[in-house]
Amino acid sequence: MQEVQRKIREKARNLLLAGSVDFVIGFEEGALLLRASPVFIHKEDDVEKLIWDSFCENNLAAYLTKIGNKRVAVVAKGCDSRSIVALIVEGQIKREQIVVIGIPCQGMIDRRRIEKEVEGEILEVKEKSDEILVKGDSFEKVFKKEDYLHPSCRTCKHHNPVISDILIGKEVKERAQVDEYAEVDEYEKKSVDERWDYFNKEVNKCIRCYACRQACPMCYCEECFVDNSYPRWIGKELNSSDLAVWHIIRAYHQAGRCVDCGNCERACPMEINLRFLTKKINKEVKNYFNFETGLDITVPPPLATFDVKDKQDFIDSGE
Amino acid sequence: MREKEPKILAFLCNWCSYAGADLAGVSRIQYPPNVRVIRVPCSSRINPLFILKALQQGIDGVLVAGCHPGDCHYISGNYVARRKFAIIKSLLEYIGVEEDRVQFAWVSAAEGARFAQVIKKVTEKVRRLGPIEKLVKTRGI
Repeated sequence: MQEVQRKIREKARNLLLAGSVDFVIGFEEGALLLRASPVFIHKEDDVEKLIWDSFCENNLAAYLTKIGNKRVAVVAKGCDSRSIVALIVEGQIKREQIVVIGIPCQGMIDRRRIEKEVEGEILEVKEKSDEILVKGDSFEKVFKKEDYLHPSCRTCKHHNPVISDILIGKEVKERAQVDEYAEVDEYEKKSVDERWDYFNKEVNKCIRCYACRQACPMCYCEECFVDNSYPRWIGKELNSSDLAVWHIIRAYHQAGRCVDCGNCERACPMEINLRFLTKKINKEVKNYFNFETGLDITVPPPLATFDVKDKQDFIDSGE
Repeated sequence: MREKEPKILAFLCNWCSYAGADLAGVSRIQYPPNVRVIRVPCSSRINPLFILKALQQGIDGVLVAGCHPGDCHYISGNYVARRKFAIIKSLLEYIGVEEDRVQFAWVSAAEGARFAQVIKKVTEKVRRLGPIEKLVKTRGI
């Protein structure tokens, strides 16, 4: 980790000194413990701010749709790099604009779980090779990293960046045997009403802050359908029907675009299980169109194209 | 008391399914009067929001019908639409909306009798489900 951090700083300094990028997007020490925060480095003197640890959870690709025609270097984990590919495929950014500082990722820590498992305020956090040491006034606890990974990291199959101009650190072994759709399969087995009750319970927590949308690299629309006033697609109040529609369509708009980085879920202040919807979408995109997001820069998004032989078992075709 | 009749909304593409419905009409073929038709230029005009909005406002079932694959007036509209439908259909089922609330069919302009058949089938399926409760927008929370 220390080595990776040192190299990120070195590469960032070199890029800025050479003038090959306008700024570098990376992580700095967060204001709160257990959190790193995104940072924009414009001057080479500031590169010492850059860090790399197990709390660099944000998907930095989310900032790339706002860079205009600047040239930018971005620190990218596996999921970030897939988002970058998806954004390039959708024509939102140009490949030449982006210098990808790829970093094979071990998975990021689910800070909320740690916060819930200690009593009192956390005053100090130390990271060792595979453990996190958390200290407070009256407690001192050690968490094994492997057991406290974020849910999206636990089922991740692309820890290594898909594209990178500079690769820092050794490639990690992918968990090929993980069944990423196990939870979805489990959920599908429930009865219709059980599914509805769970979905309803989850979406009714929503306070419509749209943090999920803001955090998502793929939600770059100038005007979101919920903000449209003509036609006003969905009501603004906290009505459970409107909440359901918001969450259905938010997930639907991710079809063939979601890389399952988990940024939406981590951003959600109400801790709604958002990934259970997008995960389903990913599964169906795989099932119907045999497509996984952000792996290939030459393949168009599945919903912008078609195949004459697409499955249509759900349509009454009269045959 | 008489059972409440299901309300069904049908989005029909202008070039095939709407003409199919027209043919059913001029051929004097009977079909259930539960269906309300909205004519759209192409099945790919359908935004899943249309479907959800209908359900929110208390429509018991939605049918989307378009040209058979290969027959689209705009060459490939229904192929693109088919991909959208596959996703929204499986998502709605997944979250616990009954499978038959939202249905899809291909009906050509020559299939007047088939149009009547499709409407009969859809109406029967929706009738079996009863009035819609999920997703309906009521006042307050």
